[in-house]
This record gives sequence, C-alpha cells and structure tokens, in this order.
Amino acid sequence: MTIDLPTIWAGIISLGVFLYLLLDGFDLGIGLLFPFFNREGEREVMLNTVAPVWDGNETWLVLGGACLYGAFPVAYSTLLPAVYLPVIAMLCGLIFRGVAFEIRARARRTQNLWDLAFIMGSGTATFCQGMILGTLLQGIKIVDGRFAGDAFGWLSPFSVFCGLGLLVTYATLGCGWLVMKTDGDLQRRMRMLLKPSSLLLLAIIGLISLWTVLGQPAVAQRWFGGHNFVYFAPVPLLVLACVVGIFRWADSSHDARAFILMEAIIFLGYSGLLISIFPNIVPPTLSIWAASAPRSSQIFELFGVAIMLPIILFYSALSYWVFRGKVRHGDEGYH
Amino acid sequence: MLETSDVLVLARLQFAFTISAHIIFPAISIGLANYLAVLEGLWLATGKLVYRELYFFWSQIFAVGFGMGVVSGVVMSYEFGANWAGFSRIAGSVNGPLLTYEVLTAFFLESGFLGIMLFGWKRVGARLHFLATILVALGTLFSAFWILASNSWMQTPQGFQIVDGRVVPLDWLKIVFNPSFPFRLVHMSLAAFIVAATIVAGCAAWHLLKGRRGEGITKSFSMAVGMILVTAPIQMIAGDAHGLNTLEHQPAKIAAIEGLWETEKGSTSLNLVGWPDMRQERTKYALSVPHLGSLILTHTWSGEIRGLKEFAPEDRPDSTIVFWSFRIMVGMGLLMLLLGVIGLVLRLRNKLYDTRWFQRFALMMGPSGLIALLAGWITTEVGRQPWVVYGVLRTADAASPLSSQQVGTSLLIIIIVYFLVFGSGVYYMLKLMAKGPEAGDQAADERGDVGTGSQRFGNRPMSHATDPIDE
Repeated sequence: MTIDLPTIWAGIISLGVFLYLLLDGFDLGIGLLFPFFNREGEREVMLNTVAPVWDGNETWLVLGGACLYGAFPVAYSTLLPAVYLPVIAMLCGLIFRGVAFEIRARARRTQNLWDLAFIMGSGTATFCQGMILGTLLQGIKIVDGRFAGDAFGWLSPFSVFCGLGLLVTYATLGCGWLVMKTDGDLQRRMRMLLKPSSLLLLAIIGLISLWTVLGQPAVAQRWFGGHNFVYFAPVPLLVLACVVGIFRWADSSHDARAFILMEAIIFLGYSGLLISIFPNIVPPTLSIWAASAPRSSQIFELFGVAIMLPIILFYSALSYWVFRGKVRHGDEGYH
Repeated sequence: MLETSDVLVLARLQFAFTISAHIIFPAISIGLANYLAVLEGLWLATGKLVYRELYFFWSQIFAVGFGMGVVSGVVMSYEFGANWAGFSRIAGSVNGPLLTYEVLTAFFLESGFLGIMLFGWKRVGARLHFLATILVALGTLFSAFWILASNSWMQTPQGFQIVDGRVVPLDWLKIVFNPSFPFRLVHMSLAAFIVAATIVAGCAAWHLLKGRRGEGITKSFSMAVGMILVTAPIQMIAGDAHGLNTLEHQPAKIAAIEGLWETEKGSTSLNLVGWPDMRQERTKYALSVPHLGSLILTHTWSGEIRGLKEFAPEDRPDSTIVFWSFRIMVGMGLLMLLLGVIGLVLRLRNKLYDTRWFQRFALMMGPSGLIALLAGWITTEVGRQPWVVYGVLRTADAASPLSSQQVGTSLLIIIIVYFLVFGSGVYYMLKLMAKGPEAGDQAADERGDVGTGSQRFGNRPMSHATDPIDE
C-alpha cells in the first residue's frame, strides 16, 4: 500500500472522528446518566466535570465535517443526504444540549425543563450518531456520484441496534469518567455501574461484529480472508483483556484505570470499524480515491492541518491538565 | 418536475432561515469583541474604572451571543452536504478547504482564549488578559475573513477550471482574493461594528429614559453615538464602492436592485420607490429621478446601466425582493447617519444625556444595525440568483436528491427548535441588557470584590452572568 494524499486525508479524518468519540463520548454519556442521578447537587457536579472542556470536544465534530467536505466532497455529498433526517435530528439534539448546558445553571423556575432538554438532546444526538454509523457500515447506494437510495434507508434493525449500542457505549464512558472525576456517594454509585455496563458493552460489540460478519460477506472476507485474520485476531482478545482489567480495578482506588481501559475498548472497536470500511469511504462502492477532491484542494488544506493540528492538540491537552483532579459539590464552581 | 422545484424551494427556505438566524450572532460577536478590546485598552491606558465596569457588563452579553453563534454555526457546516449535495460535489473542492481553514484558524483561537478572557482575571496578569481579548477579537475577524472569502468566491468566482463537471482549484490566492472579497470584507466588518454600536446605544438610551445617569451608562451612550457618527458615513462610502464592484461583475444584480428593465440611453434615472413586477417586466408605481441612477451607480452624469431585459428571463434575480431589501438597508443607513449627526449637535450643546426624544430615537434604532445587516445579505444573496456559484452552477442544480417530505419535515423541526432555543437566548441577552452596567457593579462593591473572577461571573461563557434569567 502506497501512501498518497487520499490515504493521508483518510488518516486525518479517522483521527478526527476517533478523537471525537474519545472526547465527546463521555461528555454525551453524562447526559445519558442524568435521569438516574438527582440527589442534592449531583447534577451540578456531573456537569462541572465537563464544563471546561465540552465545547472543545464538540469542535472535533465540526472539524471532521469540514475536513470531509474539503477533502472528500463526494463522500460528504452522498453520505449526508443518505442519513438526512438522523443528521438533522442529531444537530437539533446538540443545539438543545449545548444551550441547556449553559442556561441550566442560571435558571431556577425552568431548571427541570432545561434538564429535560439536556437529557433528550444528549440521547437524540447519541442515538442518531449510532444510526448514522450503522447505516454507513451497511452501505449506501450510490449511482454516478450521487446518493440513489431510499429516503428511509437509514432505518433498519441493524442501524437501530447500533443507535442503542452507542447509547450504552457513551453511558459506560460517562460512568468511567465520573468514577475518575468525582468522589463520595456519587462515585460509589457510579462504581456500582462499572461492571454491568462494561459487560453490556462487550455483548454489544460482540453482537454488532457477528451481525456484520453474517450480514455482509464482503466485510467477513476482509476480516478473515488471507493474512488479515492473523493480524486482526488479537483485537477481540485485547477487548476481552480490557474488560478483565475493568473488573480487576473496578473496586480499587485506581480511579482512572477503568476509564482508560474503556477508552481502549473504544479504540479497538473503532479500529474494527475502519478495517471494515477502508479503503472505501462510503461502502460498498465509493473508495477514498473516487471520493477525493482535486489534488490542489487536498494539498492546500493539508498545509493548514499540518500547522494547526499540533497547536490544537497542545491546547486541548493543556485545558485537560488545567482542570485535572476531582470535582466536588460546592466547589467554587464553573457555574 | 413539480417535485424537484418543491424540494428546491423548501431547501432554499431552510437555508435562508438557518443562515439568517445564524448571522445575527456572529455579527454581534465580531462587533462586541472589538468593542471589548477597545474598552480594556482604554482601561489599561487611563485606569478609569468605568471602562472595566463596561467591559464586565458587555462581556456577559458577548458570551451569550458567542455561544449562540457556535451552535447555530454547526448546523450550517452540515447543511451544505445534507441539502446541497450538488453544490458540495461540484464546488466543495473550493468551499470545503476554506471552511476547514476557518475551523483551524478561527474557532480554535477563539475557544482557546475565550476562557482567559471571561474568567481569567484572577489567573493571569492584566497585559496577558488584554492579549487574550485581542486574540478573541482577531479570531472573530479571521472567521469572517474565511467565510467571506468563500461567499465572495461564489459571487465572483475565479482561479479555477471545470474538469468533468467539477470545480478544480488552480490558484488559491486568486480564489481567496477574488474581485468582490475586499469590498465584502470591509462592508461586513463595518456592519458588525455598527450592529454593536446601535445595540450599545439602544441599551444605554433605555437606561437613560429610565432616569439612570450612572457613568457607565452615559459613557457607553456617548461612545456608541460617536461610533455611529464615524462608521455610518464610512459604511456608505464602502457600500458605494461595493456597488461599483457589483456593477462590474454582476450587472444583473444591480439592475434588479434598481428595478431597471430597459437600458436607458443617454443617462439612467433612479427609481426611488416602486414595485418591480417580474411577470409584466416593468416597475409599477415608480417614482424616478432623471440622471440620479447614472450619478450614483456610475459616478457620471450620463452613464448607462444595462436593464434587466438584456438578461434572459431565466438569468434574472427576483427584482421585487432585492429592490426593497436594498432600500431597507439604505434607509437604515440614512437613519443611522441622522442619529450620529443629531448626536453630534446635542453633544456640542451639552444636551446629549438630557434629550428624551433623542433617547427614544436611539432606543428604536437599537435593532437597526441588525435589520440593515440582514437586508444587505438578502440583497446580495437573492441578487446572486439563479446562480449559487455565479455563472458556474445554478441553484437548481445544487440541491440534494431528497423528497419534499424530508426537507419539509426538517424545515419544520428546525423552525420549532430555533424559536425555542434562540428565542431563549435572545430573551436572556435582553434581560442582561435591562440590568444595566450599574447593577452588577454596585452588588460587587458591597461585597468588596469589584471585577474579580469566577465568583461573580462563573466559569462558562453562557452561564457567565450572575442572576437567574427566568425570574
């Protein structure tokens, strides 16, 4: 495999989406856990753990969209119409969630309403993202560089299952994050969720893999054909190892380990997804080369990314460092 | 065929609605961010507390507007692909990279320094804080730079080649610095400053009318009215130059703006008012002044301007809309100029803070900057029709292969969500303005912590203010 511009761009966008899953996952997960935690001050603490970083996390979604648009306009212009209504619903969910995040702290009379907006917004955005991923995995019908499928092609048992799966995934991440960032009673109750939720996550990853293999011979061929099987065999084993690790440390004082292992599971699952798709960008027919923008566009854009991406990564890491440590109720807060 | 045109109309309505709702907030952000930089600079230079008080007050309103601009902007970046797949496929090679540059250079600069700007008073020194404010203000301008480069390229495209029906960029310098870009950048930046000035003047006028005479209120009234006096005439000159540029590159747009159907020989008159009728191909009830068209549009006594009939009917923009949107913009500009001049006269007579009818006028003019801005954008965008990339790609060929049910449903959802969410946001901003700069400062004085960080202001942009918003 030679390294050419489209491959580099596929790598950059994969990295962007991965960082989005890694960072916004736990932060949407907090919205999903919200309905079950409402003792005195708990919700404030949960929000405060992500208050300084959530909008930075979401910026990766904007960057991913812009890069896809600029580097692979054909993928952008076929994928989005194919998942039209889920995309619109996801954006509305993110709007509600983002605004609720900020206004909730200043509202008294209408606080319940903003809580509801936060929960529903997080849930809608997550479920729709899962459905979009599921639809992409299943493949989108493209004729002559245009989307040619059904208006409701995104609605299938598989895509709905992926939506539900992502809800569990993000909630699990949120749980791991909160075990790391809180203490006391809230942490104790979050800790109780660690084991069952990671088992559920394992089951979902297993089911989605099985479903993909059985439903799509082309993907099965990719996974098991030739030498690939040897390279990819460690992936499920590593996932299992991570779950074992979560069980091992769930009740220990190493508060960060469960969360880190969960993020590792996300990385492994995401690599499985990439293997299923690459070198296509919109399965089953559109490859990264066919979807590419002209060379002059990809080069021009690459300049910007090469200079700015390291700076952005540095800034993001810095912001996590500045706000490290436990968040407690009544802290001179972020709100 | 009916189906296709329905989808097109719905998609255009949706774009018009989402972009109009969006542009309000970045315009406020650009204007206020720069106002805040000026305030902080003045505070550092003079040491007068009133500037810091005003900085705190307006930074709360800025923070809300900024947040609203971010969330409404995310929608825009995905709408290009969802509703305008044809546009993305054919011209995404130009617009995509420009948007990516906006995210990389502006969004991250803003989010990087917004935190320090809003909450960093205790954590960093005064100079570094000032630097953060300047960088955020620069970030808003960078953002305008890239998005206007993208929009201007769609108006006056160059530096590319069409290969296999798709745009292939050849020269990025030519693409970014296309003929209409410098004019649009100047016109829009000034417009954003004017938006902030009219809002600040309107807010101060409201408090003056309530009988409040605190230094923060009189100072901001004086600054804003002065700013309008300076910027309104400059904006007119910039707008005039922009118009000459449009006449050169998009003559059909100018003809539509003026409701001009025939190419008048010898000289061109100007329709002051009238009702352009696209079907009858004439401007009804026109009240026109001879030679004025030539004078304004070509800066000569007898310049000729090509009428709409010289363009094929399918290449004409809707004259009824742009004729009036343009006149609303110009009308607002003239009223602003009047406001500035009366302000000057009253100031010279020492009556600036004691003339109630002038304060009522300034209050009514509060939204005039935004109205002019929206009317101006409607003029330039509707005037570009029926093209999405002028002369290259028709809007009808830019839409996505969607059903009208899909686009109609999303339009409905978006309208409801926007009214709920951005309605709350605007309500919140107005509530903050109604409190006025004095209130926050007095409370802080009592606690002895004037202008300190997180205790007073919280640590997040939109939860930056102190009081509940729903009581």
